[in-house]
Order: sequence, then C-alpha cells, then structure tokens
Amino acid sequence: MSDKALPPSPSRPLVKRRGARVSLVWLVPIIAGLIGLSMAVHDWMNVGPKITLSFRTAEGLEANKTQVKYKNVVIGTVTAISLSDDRTHVLATVELNNTATPFTRKDSHYWVVRPRIGAHGITGIDTLLSGAFIAADAGSAEETTDHFAGLETPPPVSFGEKGKRFILHTDDLGSLDIGSPIYYRRIQVGQVVSYQLAKEGKGVDVEIFISAPNDQYITTDTRFWNASGVDVSIGAAGLKIDTQSLTSIISGGIAFREPNYSPESKPAEANAEFTVFNDQATAMAPPDGDARYIRMRFEQSLRGLVVGSPVDFLGVNIGKVVSVDLDYDLKTQTFPGLVGAVIYPKRLGAANDKLEKIGGSGDPDEISARILGGFVDHGLRAQIRNGNLLTGQLYIAMDFDPKAPKVAFNPKLRPLEIPTVPGSFDKLQEQLQAFVDKLSKLPIDQVANNLNNNLVELQKTMKQVNGDVLPQMRGTLQQVQKTLATANESLGEDSPQRQQLSQAMDEVQRTARSVRVLTDYLGRHPEALIRGRTGDAAPGSYKATPSSREIDLEPEQ
Amino acid sequence: MNGIPLAREHAVCLCHTCGYVCPAEATVCPRCEAAIHARKPNSIARTWAFLLAGLIFYIPANLLPVMYTTMFGSSSQNTIMSGVIEFFESGSWDIALLIFIASVAVPCLKFAVLGTLLVTVQRRSRWAMRERARLYRFIELIGYWSMLDVLVVALVAALVQFRELSTIEPRIGILFFGLVVVMTMFAAMSFDPRLIWDAEVEDV
Repeated sequence: MSDKALPPSPSRPLVKRRGARVSLVWLVPIIAGLIGLSMAVHDWMNVGPKITLSFRTAEGLEANKTQVKYKNVVIGTVTAISLSDDRTHVLATVELNNTATPFTRKDSHYWVVRPRIGAHGITGIDTLLSGAFIAADAGSAEETTDHFAGLETPPPVSFGEKGKRFILHTDDLGSLDIGSPIYYRRIQVGQVVSYQLAKEGKGVDVEIFISAPNDQYITTDTRFWNASGVDVSIGAAGLKIDTQSLTSIISGGIAFREPNYSPESKPAEANAEFTVFNDQATAMAPPDGDARYIRMRFEQSLRGLVVGSPVDFLGVNIGKVVSVDLDYDLKTQTFPGLVGAVIYPKRLGAANDKLEKIGGSGDPDEISARILGGFVDHGLRAQIRNGNLLTGQLYIAMDFDPKAPKVAFNPKLRPLEIPTVPGSFDKLQEQLQAFVDKLSKLPIDQVANNLNNNLVELQKTMKQVNGDVLPQMRGTLQQVQKTLATANESLGEDSPQRQQLSQAMDEVQRTARSVRVLTDYLGRHPEALIRGRTGDAAPGSYKATPSSREIDLEPEQ
Repeated sequence: MNGIPLAREHAVCLCHTCGYVCPAEATVCPRCEAAIHARKPNSIARTWAFLLAGLIFYIPANLLPVMYTTMFGSSSQNTIMSGVIEFFESGSWDIALLIFIASVAVPCLKFAVLGTLLVTVQRRSRWAMRERARLYRFIELIGYWSMLDVLVVALVAALVQFRELSTIEPRIGILFFGLVVVMTMFAAMSFDPRLIWDAEVEDV
C-alpha cells in the first residue's frame, strides 16, 4: 500500500519519457549516413582494375591528371608515376573504370598521345593545349594481366579492324616506316605495321596490314615493289617520271599488283610472305629463275662498267654485272679486268626451253657449261660496249663473232669463263692511237729548224733590199716624175708642139679631100688616066652630092 | 548567483520572438502567438542529430571533387584540400590560407565546439560556463561565413564559361559541403545556450 501510495518523483518519469521517445530529427543523420554510404558503394562499385604501364619517359604524364582514353572516352586515370627498380623505365599506375575490364587483356596496347609531326601528317595536335593522355586499345586475348609495356609510338592499326596482315621480305628498309602507305592502283589500301630484321640479319621483314575489303586483291601471285621516291626513266618516248603519290616520295611506300596474266592465282592467306622488288618493271617481269654465274676477262679499262650494268645477249638483257675486279698477269705484267656477272637463262624465254632440251640432263652447271661451250665454239664472245656516249656507261654484250680467233673453252672451270674481244669503242680508240702515233713520228723538229733557217735568210735579204735597193729606186722615181712633167708641158693646150700638130692634121685633112676628089673624078672619067683632063670635066666643076660633114666644112674653105 | 530569481521560480517563461513574459504553462505567447518553451524543445538530441549529419556529410565533401576546371583542353578535378595544396604550391599562400580557414578550419571548429558544448551540457559540467557561452556566440557568428566556399564555387562556375578556352563546373562535393554548412547551422540554432547555465540549478 505504502508503495502504491508513494507518489512517483515528478521529474523522473518525465525524463524517461523524453528519453524513450525517439525524435524524428534523428532521421537527418540517418539519411546523411545513407547518402554517404551509397556514395561510397557507388565509388567502390566503380573502381575498376588497377594496372601498371611502363613507358620510356613520363614526358607529359601527371599523376591524378593524365587520363586514359579509348576513342576519346575517359576510361581511367593515372594515379601515380614512379621509376622502375632499375630506373630504365617509368611506371604509371592507372586506375581503370570498372567498365574498362576488356582493357586488361594481355594484348591490349597503351601509348602516350603527344603531338607528332611526320610525313604522314600531324597527329595529336589537341594535346598541345590539353597535355598528353594515354590512349588504349583493347586486345582480344583471353588472358588478362595488370602490367603492360606502353608503346612509344601509336599502333597504326587498331584492334578489330578488318583486314589481313602479310609479311614482306626486302633487302633493306629504304625509306619505309611504320605507317608507310601500301598502294594498289595508286589507292592507299593499307600500311606498314611493323618491321624487323630478318633472321641472321639478312634482309628486313616488313609486316603490312591491308584493310578489308581490299585484302582480297592480294593473291598468291601478287607482286610488291618499292614505291618510294620518283622513278625517272628516259626512253624512246622521252622523259618519263613515275611516282605513286606525294606522300610516298617523302615517306616511302609499297605498291602491289598482280600480273596481267596469272591464271592460277587465288586470294592469299593471312600472314603470307612476299618479296618486295625494287621497281615495278622488275616486279612485274616474269620470274628470273636460277642465276648462273659467269666470269669474263677484259684487257682494257673498265671505267664506266659498274656493278649492276646489264649483260646483253643478242640485245636481250639476260643478266647483270655483280663484280668488277682487277687481276694481275705475271707473264705480260698487265692488269686485266675480271668481270663477274649473273645471267638468268629463263630470260631467254622460248630459246631457253629448247636449249635445255639440247643440254641434256645432269647438274645445271654442267648443262650450262655444255651449252655455252657450243656457243663459244660458234664464236660467242663478250664485248664491252658503250651504252651511253654522254655518261660513258658501259654494258657487256654477248654476240656471235664468226671471225673471232678460236679460243679453248674450259667447261670444268667454275665459274664459267666467257672469252672476250675488245670492244668497238676500243677499236676506234686503237685506230685513233695509231693515227696519233704516226703524227708523233713526223720529224717536226727538223722541219721547224729548216723553216727557221729560211726565215733568217729571208730576213737578211730584206735588210739588203731596205739598205741598197730602196734609195736607188727613189732616184729613179724622181727621174720618172721629171719626165712626166716634161711630157705634160709639151702636151699642154697652148704649147707650140700642139699647134703644129693641129696644123699638120689640117694638112692631112686637105690632102685626103684632094685624093677623094681625084678618085671621084677618075671614077667618072677613067679615060682621063690616059687622055688627061678634058676641059668640061675639070675637077673644079664637079659637084658631088655633099655629105653632111662636107656641107659644114665647105663654106669654111 | 547574484540573487535575481530565475524565471522558473516565478513559473514564467520568455517568448523567443517578442520577449514577452508568459506564464510557464502557456504553449503560445499571448501577445504574438508564437510557440513558447522554457527551453528549446529536445535541444540536445536535435543538435546531436544535426551535428552527426554534418559530420557524415563532411566526409564526402572532402573526398569528392568540388570543382571541375577545363583550361585549354586540360581538365582537372579539385577537392577542397587539393585546391588548397595547389594554391599553396603555386605560391599564393594567402589564398590557400583563406580557403583553408573557410573550408576546413571553420567547419572543424564548429564540430569541435558544438561537440564540447553538448558533452559538457549533458554532463551538467560547471566548467568555464562563461567561456562556453562565449564560444557558442562565436559559433553562431562564424556560421554565416562558412558558406564562403560554396559561394566562390557558384560564382566562379557561373562566370568562367568560355567554352573551349576554359570552363569551370561545380562537382558533387560542393553540394555536400553546403549540406555540412547547413547542418552545422541547424545544429547551432537548435542548441539552447541556457542549458549551459542549467547545470547551476540542481533539480533540472
């Protein structure tokens, strides 16, 4: 009872009530906590794989700033940059988004996009302002890894691009580079993806990528050639300049094409191997087949004959010079030139097929020796000829010379040696030499001496003439002048001689008239010669028909 | 104690709004009809709640970026502390200091002060009551200035919009920071400083 009657403390239940009632205001921190938690969960869900990239340099990379992008979509961020243990590389730690898991595949590629200026153009210009970023390309492998070696240059072909890769063998890289274009009928259809030295360092293997659908044009018979630079040729049709494109002049390129007639060609498999020829002509030419090595010995200067000079057989180019050396002949103490050359019998075409039948069977070298031996017996001789008078380029011509002296042909000798005859130009040179020799044999000294003596004599004579003859001559001339003056005087208008002369002339005129009158009279009276003059026929009474002159003259009389 | 009677002894209480002395049992001020309480209702619990919410929001506010800057194509996100460090490293330590005080020091101070006040009030501590009251007034005063950071971001994001050249965008962090400020202000508002002095009265 007393317990019941005891009134409860007035404040305590109040405090308990207040404490027990949960205020709605606590919803605020709960909501805050939920929001915070959801953010944390979201972040945690969004955290993707963490990978490490190694680069040669961290140029342009910044921790927490540099982004990793694929097709310009951010897929991650560089969170830390450190040096590798051996300090040869830079390790960039990248946190990828959780959607970027395909980028952890083992064959994924990462490279730093920086501004690059090359013959193919300028790339990454936007990174000039924004700073470098890391570009990624997801691979296709099943395996994943968290450590990647970053590429120093962007891969020219991204994954998933349709097409085929092929391997090309070439002697040297030339001006090719990764990204160099591949042309088909002057249309770019692919590019060089990578290159490396072939095994044992003999040649270069170039990997190219031809994008679909153009990869179907690569057949088993396709020929590739180096389209770098400008191909200038001077032919009968004039100067011809051939090039693929402006880019290929600068940066090189490869062109390909199948021969016009290739009946058995079918599309090539991926990673098929081809050879790169130096130019289109050699590429498109039928295959040369096996080469035969021959040697020639020339007793003349080989200036102008270089490695690569052509070897002609009856005008058909069948090979080229591969070596030009000097030999020393102990007997004659001369230096004959040794020229090594390769010839391609297949270039003879139909002739080769027939010759092979004649040659019979056996070692190919023996067959060649047999055939060549026959030819040499028939007068086959090698001769150095001038291919170009301007440049002095020489080539080796093999022709049949029936007049050539017989030479013993040794079919056992390796390499086979083809007998030679002096070149045509050489002959001309010899004749010129002979002419010059003859010229030099002339007794020019003696002739000159004689001539000199003669000249001395002449000089003496002239002196004499000057000293003695000329003064006398002067006197004579003066005399002549005097005589002429006298003559002039006597012939003057008013000289007595002239007057006498004119009187004498008058006398002669008169005499002539008398004679004419007499003859006229006699003509009319021939009897007067006998009878003498009759009175009526006196000469004075005669009146002849006067001539015009006489009319003038008569009155003066 | 100076002998002046307490309001409770006379069974009256003060209207918060118009300062009218009301009878203690009244719920509404007879003069201005505002709700009247002897003390702010549920003050400690509310303050705790708002303080905790503020603390929770303070974590993402510091971890998440507050600003996204794009300048000439290079973009970067800055959290509050990274911005401070960046300013400091670039040599403008004064701006760094300003941001640090406004964004880090002040909120932390508020948490600490409010926490101390709450703990001491709950323990009915009689320690340094005058100083604690002064601290509370100080908290209320600086409370208005904590929005400085939010205002800066809002202003800058509105002004710097030069498309490709440079743009600044606010990020989610600044929202949390604003919430922190709001929560701490609520906490400061819901705290009743008279509770400090209630420790002097035995039976309350």
